[in-house]
Amino acid sequence: MSRSAAVLSFWILLALVAPWLGLSADAIHLDKILAGPGMDAWLGYDDLGRDLLARLLAGAGVSLTVAGCVTVVTFILGTLVGLIAGYHGGWLDRLLMQITEVFLAFPGILLAIAFAAVLGPGVGNLILALCLTSWVGYARLARGQALALANRQHVLAAQVLGASTMRILIKHVLPLLAAPLLVEATFSIASLIIAEASLSFLGLGIQPPHASWGAMLRDGVRYLLVASHYVLVVGGSLMSLVLAVNLLGDKLRDTLDVKDRNF
Amino acid sequence: MNSFLKRLLGVIPVVFGVLLLTFLLVHLVPGDPVEVMLGESATTADRTQLRAELGLDQPLPIQFVTYLGKLAQGNFGYSIHTHTPISRLLAERLPATVELALLALSIALFIGLPLGIVAAIRYRQWPDKMATVSALTLSAMPHFWLGPLLMLVFALWLGWLPVNGMESRASIVLPALTLACGLTAILTRMTRASLLEVLSEDFVRTARAKGLSQRVVVLRHALKAALLPVVTIVGLQLGSLLAGAVITETVFGWDGVGRLLVESIEKRDYPVTQACVLVIALIYVLVNLLTDLTYARLDPRVRFTR
Repeated sequence: MSRSAAVLSFWILLALVAPWLGLSADAIHLDKILAGPGMDAWLGYDDLGRDLLARLLAGAGVSLTVAGCVTVVTFILGTLVGLIAGYHGGWLDRLLMQITEVFLAFPGILLAIAFAAVLGPGVGNLILALCLTSWVGYARLARGQALALANRQHVLAAQVLGASTMRILIKHVLPLLAAPLLVEATFSIASLIIAEASLSFLGLGIQPPHASWGAMLRDGVRYLLVASHYVLVVGGSLMSLVLAVNLLGDKLRDTLDVKDRNF
Repeated sequence: MNSFLKRLLGVIPVVFGVLLLTFLLVHLVPGDPVEVMLGESATTADRTQLRAELGLDQPLPIQFVTYLGKLAQGNFGYSIHTHTPISRLLAERLPATVELALLALSIALFIGLPLGIVAAIRYRQWPDKMATVSALTLSAMPHFWLGPLLMLVFALWLGWLPVNGMESRASIVLPALTLACGLTAILTRMTRASLLEVLSEDFVRTARAKGLSQRVVVLRHALKAALLPVVTIVGLQLGSLLAGAVITETVFGWDGVGRLLVESIEKRDYPVTQACVLVIALIYVLVNLLTDLTYARLDPRVRFTR
């Protein structure tokens, strides 16, 4: 197993077993506020005297769950939109791609911020805001591939044999574009982990008392001068997870021989 | 010329879509947006007045046409909280964001390009490995983590630069560095990949066969061709820097459009939120268009054949 996969598995495993480790993410110790790492709490305490390790693990669970849920939903939705557009062609393709272009006209996570702002905070709205903005990558990729595959011999043969459009798309087109979509999904998980943390950092995502790496970083910045361990621990964890997912994506891209996206 | 016009005209539906989506934002607010904006303590008269001011008592298509009409006159409406014209708020805040983004872009170009070139020339040697690892690490560092880290080292530990705010000229350094890091990583990787590809082409081999030095081959022959795709990335990323500024400005208390957006969200001042999102998106669309057109002029192989 590669190092990146090991780091990712480490975080997933920790997030999964966290409830059985006997750590309480919400227990407040007023005498330990912002205390540094020690034997009783390996990573120290936060601004309310809560165990940072417990909150970090709870935050990892939230981060991975949100990224996982959004990836599954947008993968299905985006791929479906792209496949239909690319295979159907004509006005439907133009319409769907025009909608995709509009979504792509908003840079970075700006649109997710806007959606999260109007929908209101909370994990449900956070997932909805990220779903509304993250499907476009899959749609564009699937559409491009479907366009190229629509006139392949085996697809034409299936058409002549009377196979339905849905059957052709799922059985004859989708398997051929699984590799690039899988690579896209891996990179998307990394972007979503950052996006979730960004929105929570801005106060638009996970709300207290629930733990979230973004919200923890926001609180940590306030106490940068007196408790730098707070920011360093949370930021370092976030970076290790994102780096691991990105490296895994790179590896997957090389293994599956998918053409490079941008670099 | 025809394709040039086609690209220009292609922007119109996108801009229309952006306008429609930003217009609909307020209508996505669960429940009554006026109640959300004013809070529960507001009187019925206040609510009716704000609803009329924002035109929310009109049918949706009428509201959209009025919205477009006002925008055409440069009228973004008024802030609900300060009653200041939003166009004035934007005019006050936009220069600070543009200044930050342009400085970040310059830093990224200044570091990313040479790093990418060195990495490609010293392919698979230690400079290449160092550059690749640095780029990967930087790309995994979100602004809200890198910002505090730089703050900690350069402002709190070393005391070289101000922590935040906009009091002195030096205040821009840390936010600009934070904003530049992601782009630096992309530029390094892009320049490296592009130059490596060009260095394996026939014309480079010919130049080498003529006995030209490595320096001349790279700087005069290969680099020109290799930098073309980099132009596209720079263009695309300039718009993204504006979005990245939302977080960076919040971390460093930099009074730009990004901070204005976050402040408006906190105060539920939706007309300001709407205007900030619209302006950033429109700048992004414009920069992308200019990048496409510039690319076509730089590279004779591209003539909008798509």
